[in-house]
Amino acid sequence: MKIWRYGDNINTDMLFPGKYTYTCSKPEEIKPHLLEDLDPEFSKNVQPGDILIVGKNFGCGSSREQPAVGLKYIGIEAIIGESFSRIFYRSAINQGLILIECPKAVQEYQDGMTVKIDFDKSQIFIDKNSFSFPKLPPEILAIRDAGGLLEYTRKKLQERGK
Amino acid sequence: MGKTFAQKILAKKANLKSVEVGQIVTVHPDYLLMHDNTAAIVSKISKDLKQYGLYDPDLPIIVLDHVVPASDEKTALNHKQIREFVKNYHIKNFFDVGNGICHQVVIEKGFALPSKLLLGSDSHTCSYGALGAFSTGIDRTEASALLLTGETWLKVPHSIKILLRGKLNHYVSAKDLILYIIGKIGADGANYASVEFHGDVHNLTIDDRITIANMGVEMGAKNAVFPVDDITTLYLSTIGIGANQYEITWADEDAEYAQVLEIKLSEVPISVAVPHSVDAWKTIEEVEGIQVDQCFLGTCTNGRLSDLRIAAEILWGRKVSPNTRLLVLPASKKIFEEAIRLGYIDTLSKAGAIILPTGCGPCLGAHQGVLAPSEKCISTANRNFKGRMGCNESEIYLASPAVVAASAINGKITNPEKL
Repeated sequence: MKIWRYGDNINTDMLFPGKYTYTCSKPEEIKPHLLEDLDPEFSKNVQPGDILIVGKNFGCGSSREQPAVGLKYIGIEAIIGESFSRIFYRSAINQGLILIECPKAVQEYQDGMTVKIDFDKSQIFIDKNSFSFPKLPPEILAIRDAGGLLEYTRKKLQERGK
Repeated sequence: MGKTFAQKILAKKANLKSVEVGQIVTVHPDYLLMHDNTAAIVSKISKDLKQYGLYDPDLPIIVLDHVVPASDEKTALNHKQIREFVKNYHIKNFFDVGNGICHQVVIEKGFALPSKLLLGSDSHTCSYGALGAFSTGIDRTEASALLLTGETWLKVPHSIKILLRGKLNHYVSAKDLILYIIGKIGADGANYASVEFHGDVHNLTIDDRITIANMGVEMGAKNAVFPVDDITTLYLSTIGIGANQYEITWADEDAEYAQVLEIKLSEVPISVAVPHSVDAWKTIEEVEGIQVDQCFLGTCTNGRLSDLRIAAEILWGRKVSPNTRLLVLPASKKIFEEAIRLGYIDTLSKAGAIILPTGCGPCLGAHQGVLAPSEKCISTANRNFKGRMGCNESEIYLASPAVVAASAINGKITNPEKL
């Protein structure tokens, strides 16, 4: 498991360039361009279970969802950030991608430290120090836990149809 | 305790007596805006649409604007699929290639009315706060779900009050004001917040208010809104909408704000955002003389008639420097035709500007003015992110239409006051 560390105000143009936005929509088309203008090594080396640790306002800018779709597709375990931009935050919920807002854990982390997340207890362990993070409200958690908004919507429509 | 604009409008849309900050409510938006991303939105739910149908064919407004006319076979196919969807599902609010940029079209066609709730799969959907609407951006997946159910959730945001005092100086525009505000509070200074503009808003035109609300998202805002006044009413009457066709919602005097920021408009200088972030604010004096390879006038931020007018005034009888190129994209067909009638297009063209078809143009780096490595562009757009205009080794400076026009004359960043 690798930790990918990035700074503040990482916008969605850096996570997925706008020039591909109408030509790449499928997860497998998105993957090679993920973080292209931020870190060209990312898409070549990222593995399922990797974690991103990011600064303030991650995912600001365009509402394009390809960053959230792509990061979910490659199996990122979670993104731990100081804060997330509003549309990206919603987009992550809609894709079932886990974002954890925990500024203290981000500030604590130094290269080489181990990172573990206990989702049941809402805690992050950075080496030996633990940090708790707030749980999502139940109605939002229901969307994420259904696997994303479309799966959640289909369930709802099926129930209504009965 | 009084209520903010966001609390009032979201309570109304959720059919609740009142709502608190942080509360999650289920809402049925009045409209859902989509653009060239409609094909991707629809393809996610093609089977579901067959099974459950479209919730309401009058909910979506579809405007083709992002890569228009099509730049290659893929984008052409994308447009074709959207036209087929529109036809098959009897969507009447469809505006094909050539009508204009989605946000301008939504406003001109009278969809963005006071107290309406508009969601759009585009981050600059927040523009409609200029007319007293609550509007915000969502992603494609959420637009797909809205097509099926017509409903979604919103968290009631905290609010920031920006109190405007006085008047802007000559050559200082709404663009300078919003760059100045974003520079002050930062790219995440209003994250999740509803931003309300109060005070001497009567000194700002509708065009000014659209420019300001449009860039609300660049400080992280969920929405940015102006009160409805005589200027709003007059504008709406010019597009054929009478005061009996909308309700007015505004914050109570004693509403609670997370932050209050007072801005003396006479102190706002001509402003430029330097690469690579919108909050990298500088005064024009700090950047004058930087050579620019391209000057771009247009976009949903600054492609309106008043923007073309100021550029035409500055360029009248002058020439674009041979060391740069000036691209002009009117924000809509209506604006383009008005600008022809008033002679602005003739003036700009004679000065050496390249007049491009209405649409988003090179703003998102897909076509019509992509930059080369090490090139610099001064632009009236809303984002100067690395790679935004198609090349991650180029640089974008954001400024007002007056600064872009003046810079085109000298081929370097120029203060219009010093021409």
